[in-house]
Amino acid sequence: MSDAAITHGDNPTGFAHQFEELDQQHDAGRLGMWLFLATEILFFGGLFTGYTVYRSLHPQAFLLGSHILEVKYGAINTAVLICSSFTMAMAIRSAQTGKRKGAIIGWLIPTMLLGATFLFLKFRFEWYHDYLEHTMPGFGFYYRPEWGAHAPQVQMFMCFYFFMTGLHALHMIVGIGILLVLTWMTSRGRFTSQYFAPLEISGLYWHFVDIIWIFLFPLLYLIRF
Amino acid sequence: MSTTATVENLPNASAEPQVNYLNARYGVKSWLLTVDHKRIGLLYLCTITVMFVVGGIAATMMRINLLEPQGALVEPETYNKLFSTHGLVMVFFFLVPSIPVTLGNFLIPMMIGARDVAFPRLNLLSWYIFATGCLIMLYVVCTGGVDTGWTFYTPFSTTYSTTDVVLAALSIFVAGFSSILTGVNFIVTIHKMRAPGMTWFRLPLFIWSMYASAIIFVLGTPVIAITLLLLGVERLLHVGIFDPALGGDPLLFQHLFWFYSHPAVYIMILPSMGVISELIAAFSRKRIFGYSFVAFSSLAIAIISFLVWGHHMFVSGESIYAGLVFSVLSFLVAIPSAVKVFNWTATLYKGSISYEAPMLYALGFLGLFTIGGLTGLYLASLSTDVHLSGTYFVVAHFHYIMVGAAVMAFMGGIHFWWPKITGHLYPDLWARIAAAIIFIGFNLTFFPQFVLGYLGMPRRYAMYPAEFQALNVLSTAGASVLAVGYIIPFIYLIWSLKYGPVAGPNPFGAKGLEWTTQSPPPTENYLKIPIVTEEAYNYETAPEPEVVRV
Ligand code: HEM
Ligand SMILES: [Cu+2]
Repeated sequence: MSDAAITHGDNPTGFAHQFEELDQQHDAGRLGMWLFLATEILFFGGLFTGYTVYRSLHPQAFLLGSHILEVKYGAINTAVLICSSFTMAMAIRSAQTGKRKGAIIGWLIPTMLLGATFLFLKFRFEWYHDYLEHTMPGFGFYYRPEWGAHAPQVQMFMCFYFFMTGLHALHMIVGIGILLVLTWMTSRGRFTSQYFAPLEISGLYWHFVDIIWIFLFPLLYLIRF
Repeated sequence: MSTTATVENLPNASAEPQVNYLNARYGVKSWLLTVDHKRIGLLYLCTITVMFVVGGIAATMMRINLLEPQGALVEPETYNKLFSTHGLVMVFFFLVPSIPVTLGNFLIPMMIGARDVAFPRLNLLSWYIFATGCLIMLYVVCTGGVDTGWTFYTPFSTTYSTTDVVLAALSIFVAGFSSILTGVNFIVTIHKMRAPGMTWFRLPLFIWSMYASAIIFVLGTPVIAITLLLLGVERLLHVGIFDPALGGDPLLFQHLFWFYSHPAVYIMILPSMGVISELIAAFSRKRIFGYSFVAFSSLAIAIISFLVWGHHMFVSGESIYAGLVFSVLSFLVAIPSAVKVFNWTATLYKGSISYEAPMLYALGFLGLFTIGGLTGLYLASLSTDVHLSGTYFVVAHFHYIMVGAAVMAFMGGIHFWWPKITGHLYPDLWARIAAAIIFIGFNLTFFPQFVLGYLGMPRRYAMYPAEFQALNVLSTAGASVLAVGYIIPFIYLIWSLKYGPVAGPNPFGAKGLEWTTQSPPPTENYLKIPIVTEEAYNYETAPEPEVVRV
């Protein structure tokens, strides 16, 4: 126990009873999140495995499938997410350097807005479009003549596309929910330069979700080049 | 673990009736909203006991049906539902969670000298998630069941089965999240919550084994989750993921399924190995021989177990080279298991052994686990597996390990820590009788199945050729003995809650931090966080047992 360690006697906010020191609580939270992210990697890993197996079995069909997707939106969304990672990092940085709560919120809100932009583009211009074009598996998927015998496997590609981007979007929605809570906590003055673990830990999650997208984008959109 | 810690952590004898985690607060709400790891452990204990009974009823009906070659009780369709229900409930809702969520929850913070797990609220949440999974499963069972077997093999599960596969898969999916959260919680707790002086190599071996199982929880469970999700989508939307007619590959399902489910069999056995280490040390009053070998073999098992899944697919059309590699790797995984068995045996050597009920379970474990593990090697050899795969030999193999070993250890652990958990002693004589009955009943039930399988009786059929009847009747008879063996502890354990003599802090004279505090422990486990000054199992300085016989 170092001299500078914060113990229960000091009783700062957000200090849980089962811990001896605030540092210990930080470390525990961070380790917990990393483990959870390991879980997430294996969760998506199942999908990446399936994708790899089927792409090597049906390369032609996956190529045809990737032509259905619009690189334009994929690219815009990639940029949007990278920006949101930056704003998230800045939010943590401002808490760490003891900025006023307005400054932290000033970074959290753009992060949420960027996340929402991503989802909006995805729903409105990609998925909805796929639905109208009958390229959504399970919802009147239409075998285009130009696909020939590959049509079922093109559908399989789209299956993986919806599965992966769908799960990713779900994670984004959860992330925005977390950011809302963080904003509320910040506005209540919960965070100081001593205690900002929730921000930092949620940041890990947010970056992780971004990284998943960084893998999805080339695998789904760019394989046709 | 020094004597000073002991004294500091016990209120003086003349004090008022002890406040402990059980009587600190009363009422249903105090249980349903508790964040105390000990109470959550008990919530889990009740839940998995219910599931064990459900799975047990299904097994009983199967065994009755198999009394006669034509099927004595049910239609073949019903039989399919029975073995599926039995497998799903027992694997996912009893055995996978069993020791970790009950004893693990209760003991991990106590053994490492902490007030609670790292994330108490997450701990409660995982119980609620688990209970939701159980309810979905029970709903499926009550509304017609499912007939895919616990393995959900495609394309039967995705295309042909007419039962509620999606909901059944959902229940496993949900319960899986509870496993993941528990695993995360345990790993963080073991890393970050150890008391001063509790170094990694002073940890009880139970903690090492829980750590290894938690790794599998965290890395394995998400894969089964995504696999079941894919299965559900394929079934609901009729899109081709595993369906060969649409370009899919049913073998991919098997790969993904066993990538989780082989490690999952080690989730079931690793915790029980941890329990056995504690029991053997306590009742031979010796430090475990080769502590660090036993500790690292747990980690080795956790790692290698991720590399052997293909041994379930030797005859499913996997390539012969893959088969060879998986066969070799499967032999490798047996090595750390054998290391443990040898070390336990060496611990017994020249120990001052006493045969209390928990020790009887531990000794039973040693024998049954050895048989189960060795028969695993027959199955891991390519040529013998071609003959034995899909027969009752496989059924006997995994029951020797999952029931013979894992459930024995669970029972042994419950008996060992019952006085700590409840503060009361159970009648030791009855407990020993029950342990013996379970051991005999178990062998009567499952040994004939090795023979049946070797003779060629396939598993998962409601009927069989008449020449197999004698052995099947023997097996059913054994199952009745086994059932009696399980019912007796159920009765006296409940009896002991009210009438059992007061246990005192350390009735078995065992070493370990959990025995230095009162029984039942106070809500925060220790009045003062202990300072650890010695290795685990230092029985040279142990207090004499103060068992009160009932
Ligand atoms: C000593 C190491 C072990 C080896 C080498 C081994 C080997 C095998 C092999 C090769 C099979 C496949 C048989 C077949 O389907 O043809 C098998 C099945 C099985 N084993 Fe093991 N095993 C070992 C330990 C365990 C343990 C510790 C458990 C459980 C706690 C276990 C549970 C199972 C189960 C549940 C199955 C059957 C799965 C099914 O098809 O329903 N095994 N084992
Ligand atoms: Cu296996």
